[in-house]
Amino acid sequence: MNNEKKIYGITATFKTPDEIINAAKKVSNAGYIHFDVNTPYPVHGMDGAMKIKPSKLGFVTLVMGLSGAAIALLLMFWTMSVDYPIVIGGKPFFALPAFIPITFELTVLLATLSTVGAMIALFFRLPDNQHPLHDTEYMKSVSADKYGVVIEAEDVKFDEKSVLDFLKTLNPISTEIVFYPVVEEYPIFQPKFIMFLIAIAIVVSGGTYFSLNKLTIITPFNWMMEQDRVNAQSPSELFADGRGMRTPVEGTVAKGFIPYPYKGQTNPTEVLANPFLPTKENIALGKAKYFTYCTPCHGDFADGDSRLRGQFPNPPTLHSKRARDFSDGMIYHIITNGQNVMPSYASQITRDERWAIVNYVRVLQRAKNASDADLIDMNKEAGSNVAN
Amino acid sequence: MNIDYSQEMPTVAGRLTLAQIEELVAKPMDTKPDKKFYIALSISGTLLMIGATMLAISLYYGTGMWGNNQPVGWAFPIVNFVFWVGIGHAGTLISAILFLLRQKWRTGIARFAEAMTIFAVICAGIFPVIHTGRPWLAGYLLPYPNQHGLWVNFTSPLLWDVFAVSTYLTVSFVFWYVGLIPDFATMRDRSSSKIKKTIYSTFSLGWRHSNRHWTHYEKAYMLLAGFATPLVLSVHTIVSFDFAVSILPGWHATIFPPYFVAGAIFSGFAMVVTVLVFVRKIFDLQHIITIDHLEKMNKIILATGMMVGYAYAMEFFIAWYSGNPVESFVFINRAFGPYAWAYWIMVSCNVIFPQFFWFRKIRRSIPIMMVIVIFVNVGMWFERFVITVTSLSRDFLPSSWAYYKPTLVDGGILLGSFGLFFTLVILFTKALPVVSISEIKAVADGAQPTHHGGEHHE
Repeated sequence: MNNEKKIYGITATFKTPDEIINAAKKVSNAGYIHFDVNTPYPVHGMDGAMKIKPSKLGFVTLVMGLSGAAIALLLMFWTMSVDYPIVIGGKPFFALPAFIPITFELTVLLATLSTVGAMIALFFRLPDNQHPLHDTEYMKSVSADKYGVVIEAEDVKFDEKSVLDFLKTLNPISTEIVFYPVVEEYPIFQPKFIMFLIAIAIVVSGGTYFSLNKLTIITPFNWMMEQDRVNAQSPSELFADGRGMRTPVEGTVAKGFIPYPYKGQTNPTEVLANPFLPTKENIALGKAKYFTYCTPCHGDFADGDSRLRGQFPNPPTLHSKRARDFSDGMIYHIITNGQNVMPSYASQITRDERWAIVNYVRVLQRAKNASDADLIDMNKEAGSNVAN
Repeated sequence: MNIDYSQEMPTVAGRLTLAQIEELVAKPMDTKPDKKFYIALSISGTLLMIGATMLAISLYYGTGMWGNNQPVGWAFPIVNFVFWVGIGHAGTLISAILFLLRQKWRTGIARFAEAMTIFAVICAGIFPVIHTGRPWLAGYLLPYPNQHGLWVNFTSPLLWDVFAVSTYLTVSFVFWYVGLIPDFATMRDRSSSKIKKTIYSTFSLGWRHSNRHWTHYEKAYMLLAGFATPLVLSVHTIVSFDFAVSILPGWHATIFPPYFVAGAIFSGFAMVVTVLVFVRKIFDLQHIITIDHLEKMNKIILATGMMVGYAYAMEFFIAWYSGNPVESFVFINRAFGPYAWAYWIMVSCNVIFPQFFWFRKIRRSIPIMMVIVIFVNVGMWFERFVITVTSLSRDFLPSSWAYYKPTLVDGGILLGSFGLFFTLVILFTKALPVVSISEIKAVADGAQPTHHGGEHHE
């Protein structure tokens, strides 16, 4: 790099708007292309004097405004009519009148932002705080109340002496030669700078971790999934037994659970008759309930082989002679009232479901203790004569 | 009094030179704030802290701290929201609509009014968000792809509100910033302090007052004004849809959009006058924000006040003319029911008091003007209160009628929103030029060339 300063351009400053219009006309008529006029506010008629073509900014606005409308309509069409259609207020899935407000807003939003963005970045090439004109006396005066013209060195007709003489003929209050500033270079990868980056990374990641994982779950930021309530099976210090789940208060009658009149009696079976026939549906219901409530202790086939693997005393098998000789009413009574270690299931299983379980227990007992005659019957039904 | 209406009055009174204008506008930024500034800031700051405390209480204990309950679920939060959005509308009207109508007098007050728009919309935005009860989930209002596969309901007026208000805030802010760029450049070249210079340089983006830039700049300003004009009308129209699209008697009316827009401009101008009277006095801007400006704004207040009065009358007429018993009950209930006190505050403040502005003397008298515009502010707040609360407190089912009473927390949050607004206004007057320096220079006497012919545009 040579030590000689490179000229950016030569400026001339004027006092009145009339003078600057006149000066701009003369500079433009003298054939200079790369020149500019700087005024503290837009001066009427300057575009004509400088021979500037009308701004093309409007095209950006038009295209981006239409894009905004199209994006809005497509988004609403896709979300409301294709991806997740829901009937709302009897409107059609593509409810155009109801889509108009948002279409309008997005049109305005996109048009405005892109017009301003394009103007600053593409038309002005800003931000540019390193421009040679900055921090000159010239800039200070045109920023306040003077009017100035600058002929740039880039122009083919530029010659330091002739331009200066030409500008002097316009009677300016002052002229100034503006040089390019000496470019300072900063090495990027200094240890100090890298340390700075690392420090920022630590602060940002730590801050993000803290705000997302700690800050957002303290009061008052309550979330629906975290509530001050006791979930099923969870412990609670509120009750003496340490359990969160409570049994209903004595005498509570739940819907569908009429109080059992034979509570605590040993054998009320003579008055309890099974009101359900062992139909397919009833047995299916009984099977489902048996698997939910009975299998943990009695085992899948009522063998008393507990699925709990010894965590709870195993009940005896239901295939014993005694159990098979129980009347339906007796089994029902045991489910309802409980027996020995077995608790009452009156609050969990409805009456109808208890009778269905009784029917299913009968099915299991029959299946496990089948006689030869049963096999013959079965084969007859299946249309086979293997046993004969 | 004889006035020559054949000639436009000078926008800047007193034949100030460009340098003097700049000096006047830049003075608050060049000097250290005085005692008055700190007194004003401490008052508004106190209000703000009251509001912040009440808001913290509401967040900690939940929205049960407010008076909202069945059947009046939309109470203070929505009243305050509509009130503040309305205040904002005057700014855009002055900066965009009066710009398109080539009203040169707007120059002196436009920057200030635009700033008030932004601050008012910020105040407004707080209320619907806290009214949701869980404001930290406000992100759910945006249509983003999520694991539930759900989208927001684009056919709901409440969602239109989200889009309208956020677009309005964004566009107002951009419009305001674009206007500020040349002023930042001027402030940059004025200041000698290194810190100030760095800040102003950054925000000026390196603006050079180049005429090749001014060409595009003026075009962009025109385009932005062109967009802001329908936008400002759409925002309060959509706010009124929150009410009008429902089926509640007293809300379900097609008159609502124009009625709300007129009311918004009415209340907004009242607020602008309220604040400007102090600002021009405190910062010696009487030459730039002249009594003529205030008079013109008072005329607009008179005109829009009568539009609002017409709407009140028309609501009653339609309630009777439609022959709908539910509708007529609601309006009789408004004027003579349990909330009659609120209704008559509204009518007297909004319709009767502005009638004094028919007299030129009153239009130009600052003390009387202050009283009337404050009445208008109060009246317009009550208008939203009357609309929201009377319809909800007594709807179709008499068994669920109830009388709504706000709580202290409600009042504290409303007070806090005023604190926020005035704190922002006070900080703004000290940090940024309250009058657009480049625009006011352009309309000063002798600022434009005297030649005739050539290209004329603005």
